[in-house]
Amino acid sequence: MEPTQRGNARAIVLLPYLWLVAFFLVPFLIVLKISLSQTALAQPPYVPVFDISGGWAGLIEFVAGLSIDSFLLLFSDTIYLLSYLKSLQVACISTIILLAIGYPFAYGIARSPRGVQPLLVMAVVLPFWTSFLIRVYAWINILQRDGLLNDVLMRLHIIDAPITWLSSDSAIYIGMVYSYLPFMVLPLYATLQKMDESLLEAAADLGCPRWKSFWLVTVPLSMRGAAAGALLCFIPIIGEFVIPDLLGGSETLMIGQTLWTEFFSNRDWPVASAIAVTLLVLLLVPILFYERLQQSSLEGGR
Amino acid sequence: MKRGASLFNVVAVAFGLAFLYLPIAILVIYSFNASRLVTVWGGWSLAWYRELLHNTALQQAAWISVRVAALSATVATVLGTLAAIALTRLGSFRGRMLFSGMVYAPLVMPEVITGLSLLLLFVAISIDRGFWTVVIAHTTLTVCFVTVIVQSRLVDFDRSLEEAAMDLGCPPFRTFLTVTLPLIAPAIAAGWMLAFSLSLDDLVIASFTTGPGATTLPIRIYSEVRLGVKPEVNAVCTIMIAVVAVSTIASSLIAKRGAARYQRAALGAQV
Repeated sequence: MEPTQRGNARAIVLLPYLWLVAFFLVPFLIVLKISLSQTALAQPPYVPVFDISGGWAGLIEFVAGLSIDSFLLLFSDTIYLLSYLKSLQVACISTIILLAIGYPFAYGIARSPRGVQPLLVMAVVLPFWTSFLIRVYAWINILQRDGLLNDVLMRLHIIDAPITWLSSDSAIYIGMVYSYLPFMVLPLYATLQKMDESLLEAAADLGCPRWKSFWLVTVPLSMRGAAAGALLCFIPIIGEFVIPDLLGGSETLMIGQTLWTEFFSNRDWPVASAIAVTLLVLLLVPILFYERLQQSSLEGGR
Repeated sequence: MKRGASLFNVVAVAFGLAFLYLPIAILVIYSFNASRLVTVWGGWSLAWYRELLHNTALQQAAWISVRVAALSATVATVLGTLAAIALTRLGSFRGRMLFSGMVYAPLVMPEVITGLSLLLLFVAISIDRGFWTVVIAHTTLTVCFVTVIVQSRLVDFDRSLEEAAMDLGCPPFRTFLTVTLPLIAPAIAAGWMLAFSLSLDDLVIASFTTGPGATTLPIRIYSEVRLGVKPEVNAVCTIMIAVVAVSTIASSLIAKRGAARYQRAALGAQV
C-alpha cells in the first residue's frame, strides 16, 4: 500500500475503534475494578475511588483498598449459585426445545418451492422486527389466570379448574422459545438451503431409505447451522432479564434478574459487578466459539 | 429428493408460523376489545386508542424513544459502515484482533452486562445520566449489527467494479463514493433500520443508562405491564406493530433483493 492510502486506512478504522474502546472496553475494565471494591454509603456507593491526583502513593493506597469480598460472597451465599444454575438450566432446556421446534421448521422452509421460500423467511424475520417487550407481553394476555389459554382449555373440558401458567418455569420456557425461535430457524435454514441435493439423490440411488439419508447426510451437513443457532440462543438466554421477570415466578431468579436486583434494589454495586464478571467468565467459552464461527464465515468470504 | 410439499414439511411450517403469529394476532384483536377483561369479549371498540390520546406520559416516552433511536441509529450506521470497510478492505492492521473482537462481542453480550458497564462508566467520569447517555449506549449496542450487515454485502459483491474504476484513474476515495457506496447502500439502509428498531425496543440497557426526564417507551410500558395486562398497552403495542409491519414490508418492496438476506447475515447465518 502507498503511504497516503495507509493514512486513509488508519482514518477509516480510527473512529469506530475509539468509540468501541471508550464505550465497550473501558466500561468492562471499570466493572472489573468495581467488582473488587467494597460497598459504601457514599456517592458513588463504593470504595476505594481511584483519584489520579493522589499520584503514586494514591495508586498504592487504591490497590491496597481492593478486595475480593464480593466474589467470596458470591461463592458462599447459595442464592447466587442457585441463580447461575437456574440460568444454565433454563438456557439448556430452552435451546433443546428450540432445536426440536426450529429444525423441522427450517427444514420445511428449505424444502418448500423456491418461489415461496423468501416469503417464508420474511415471515420468520418479521416478528423479530417488532418489539421484544411486546412479544413477551403478548403472552401475558394468554397465560394469565383468567387468560385465553385457561379459557380455551376449560371450554374444551381438558381441565376443570384454571392452571397457574404465569409466574412459573413453563411460562419462562414458552417465552424463551417464542422470542428466540427466529435466531434458531434462520441459521439452520441458511445451511439447509445451501446443501447440495445431489448428495441425497446419490444416497437414494444407492438404496438408502429417506430417514436414513436424512440422518446420515442432512443432519451432519447442517451441524454448522445448528451450532450457530444454538449459540445465538443459548448465550443471550443465560443473561436474559425481561422474559423471566415478566413471565417467571419469584422463587428462583435467573442471574440477569439477580444482577438487576443487586443493582437497583440493594444498591450493592460491587456485588452486581462481581456477578457481571462471573457471568462473563461463564459465557467466555461459548462467546469465543461463536466469534470463531462468525469470523470464519464473514472474513474468509466462505 | 423431490422438492415440495411432504405433509410433514407443511405441518412443520404451518405450526411454526402459527406459533410465531398467534400471540401477536391475539394482542392486536384484544386492543379493540371494549371490555377490560381478556376473557370477556365486549365488542369492537376504539376506546383504548382514545384513552391513548390523553395519556401524555406514554406520548412523551414515545417521542423520546423515537429521537433516541433516530440519533443512535444514524451514528451507529456511520461507525458500523466504517468498521465493516476496515474489516473487509484493510487486510491486516495493528490491533485488528482486538478490533474485530470488540465489533462482534456486543452481538451476543447479555444486555445486563452492557447496561451495567456503561452506567458505571458514566458514573466514573461523572456524566449526568439522561437523553444523551441513552443515545451513546444504544449506539454502542447497535454498531455491531450494522457492521455485520454491511460487511456481508461488502464480502459478496463484485470487486472488479472498484478495480476497474481505479484502473481508469479514479482516486480511492472517489471510487468509494461513486462505485462502492451505491452498491452497499441497501445494506446500509437495512443496517440503519435494524439499529433503529433495536434501539426502539431496548429496555434493559436504557434502564441502566437513563436519567430523570428521559423515560423511553419500553421503560414506560414495562412499568405499566409489570402489574398485569393493560388494554391501553395493547393499543400502543398494536400501533407499534403496525408501524413496524408497514415499514418492513415497504422497505423490502423497495429493495427488491430483500432485507431477508441481510437479516439472515445479521443473525450470523452465513455459516
